[in-house]
Amino acid sequence: MIGQQAAGNNGQLIHIEHLTKTYMLGEVEVHALRGISIGVSRGEFVAIMGASGSGKSTFMNILGCLDKPTKGLYVLENIDVSKLTRDELAHIRNLKIGFVFQGFNLLSRTSAIENVELPLLYGSTSNKDRHQRAVKALDMVGLGDRVHHYPNQLSGGQQQRVAIARALVNDPSIVLADEPTGNLDSRTSVEVMGIFQELNNKGITIILVTHEPDIAQFAKRHIVFRDGRIKSDKPNTAVKIAMEILRELPAIDEEVEA
Amino acid sequence: MKTMNILLSAFRALQRNKMRSFLTMLGIIIGVAAVIAMLAIGQGAQYSVEQQINALGTNVLIVLPGSQQTSGVKTGAGSVTTLTEDDCNAIQKECPAVSLLSPGTRAGGQVIAGNLNWATSVEGTGTDYLEIRKWGIEYGDFYTDQDVKAAAKVCILGKTVADALFPDASPVGQTVRIRNVPCKVLGVLTKKGQNAMGQDQDDIILAPWTTVKRRLTWFPYLRQILVSATTPANIPVAQAQITELLRMRHKIAVYDPDDFTIRNQADLATAATATTGILTILLASIASVSLLVGGIGIMNIMLVSVTERTREIGIRMSIGARGRDILTQFLIEALVLSLLGGTTGIILGVVGSSAISNLAKWPTIITAFSIILSFGFSIAIGIFFGFYPARKAAMLNPIDALRYE
Repeated sequence: MIGQQAAGNNGQLIHIEHLTKTYMLGEVEVHALRGISIGVSRGEFVAIMGASGSGKSTFMNILGCLDKPTKGLYVLENIDVSKLTRDELAHIRNLKIGFVFQGFNLLSRTSAIENVELPLLYGSTSNKDRHQRAVKALDMVGLGDRVHHYPNQLSGGQQQRVAIARALVNDPSIVLADEPTGNLDSRTSVEVMGIFQELNNKGITIILVTHEPDIAQFAKRHIVFRDGRIKSDKPNTAVKIAMEILRELPAIDEEVEA
Repeated sequence: MKTMNILLSAFRALQRNKMRSFLTMLGIIIGVAAVIAMLAIGQGAQYSVEQQINALGTNVLIVLPGSQQTSGVKTGAGSVTTLTEDDCNAIQKECPAVSLLSPGTRAGGQVIAGNLNWATSVEGTGTDYLEIRKWGIEYGDFYTDQDVKAAAKVCILGKTVADALFPDASPVGQTVRIRNVPCKVLGVLTKKGQNAMGQDQDDIILAPWTTVKRRLTWFPYLRQILVSATTPANIPVAQAQITELLRMRHKIAVYDPDDFTIRNQADLATAATATTGILTILLASIASVSLLVGGIGIMNIMLVSVTERTREIGIRMSIGARGRDILTQFLIEALVLSLLGGTTGIILGVVGSSAISNLAKWPTIITAFSIILSFGFSIAIGIFFGFYPARKAAMLNPIDALRYE
């Protein structure tokens, strides 16, 4: 029933209608989201922007199935996610969503490959298959030669690339990146955005949350949040290409050899 | 998540904090080792008490002439004269649960040797008496079947009597006069000490029962028949066989009471064994308190670990771990802790017990039961005390867990 409804929406990957989220902070009701309706199609590269307190993080959490909306409809790949239980949401996160966080969130004292393999451990992949897929994902982000390094042996940019590889390893429907460049210097930020653009060119849907306009310029569509509502939603007319910018930047020996 | 992977990641998590994991396990190690050692000591004590009681002769039955009822007045046991030598021969022949037998009679009297004298009782016995009573000859020899047949004027002195009559010399070969009957001393019994009633068991003279009967008392019947069952477990069987035989031989009608009494020491053995059994349980339960404390140690550390690794839990949840995956992960960690601790504790307990029996000369016995018990206990403790922290981890909200600093 929900599936047919979603299919009616031009086969959109994400279909969100009148989504609201209200928190109780003690006695006070906080309206984090006050009615959001958007759709995202396969292969898009969306930047969600807004000042802090605009509701973009709350929206991101709901989008990533970490949180449930108070009201409204969220359909992800024809599944009405807003009605699922905790365990079912965990299953959706495992199969359809790849997270990239600001703080990388890798398991310390765990090698790059094991970090990347982690999502597969909670699925039903055989040991051999799991290893191959993890290596392939690390190759995609250019870390094929750092497979057995530990997070503390990798630079920030490399750690974030491991996190991206982990997000990709299960072939998710969407990659959600929450301020992925927040902890990185400008050159490394551009490099990471370059990886996102490259992945997007391969058809992977990416939703990026950022408050930096510079970073948002790498995305194809800008959605601006303000006070729990969408202030604007328009295509980016001047998409910057990360590879071109990198070529213009002076080369620095940024790589930390470990 | 596959079992192998869970186990692997549990080991890795515990390896990260080697010292802490070891200290946590120490509680279980000490608890299990204590339980094993205490059970070993308790069971060792139980075994040695059983051995001692067996040495006293627990499989001994005493057949006494029974009381006689004459117009309603019952006389005491031993007051009638019903047991004969033929009864002895019949018991020996027809009761398969009886292994050894010694006819018995008794005489009291003054014993004189040289210028010393001593009042004691003279026990008339058969040649199997010493074996039935688990007694031995310290020096000299015991009388033979030949002596018994001939009612030879020979005797064996108890240690007390020997010391009283022959303070300076060896009594063997000397002659003592029992009620003016001169008897040659063949040997001296080993010291047996006091019996359960406080009587000096060494204040005795043994002589062939025929000698006592024909030369001292002239009393034609037997005062008692001492019998040993083939095994302690066969005591009731022997008792039943003797009862049946004697009733038949004495021609006792179906509803009439026995004209003899059979006594055994099985009750004493049962009581003593039960006492040491209670001791074992007591020791083990005190030891298991430390096992409990060890379990609380595990819970404590697992709670710390859950708090410390909140962020890790958040990461795992965000990439698709369900509540039960997290639960299993932490439960397995607790279980690995308690199992490693339990196994080490068992080894330590076994080594410790043998050290105790070597150094303190205490007998210890380690049974498969005590090992299985402590192993099972440590599994149960791992699950019981690991569950609460694991559940706490599993119930975390992924968003809060991810934001946790």
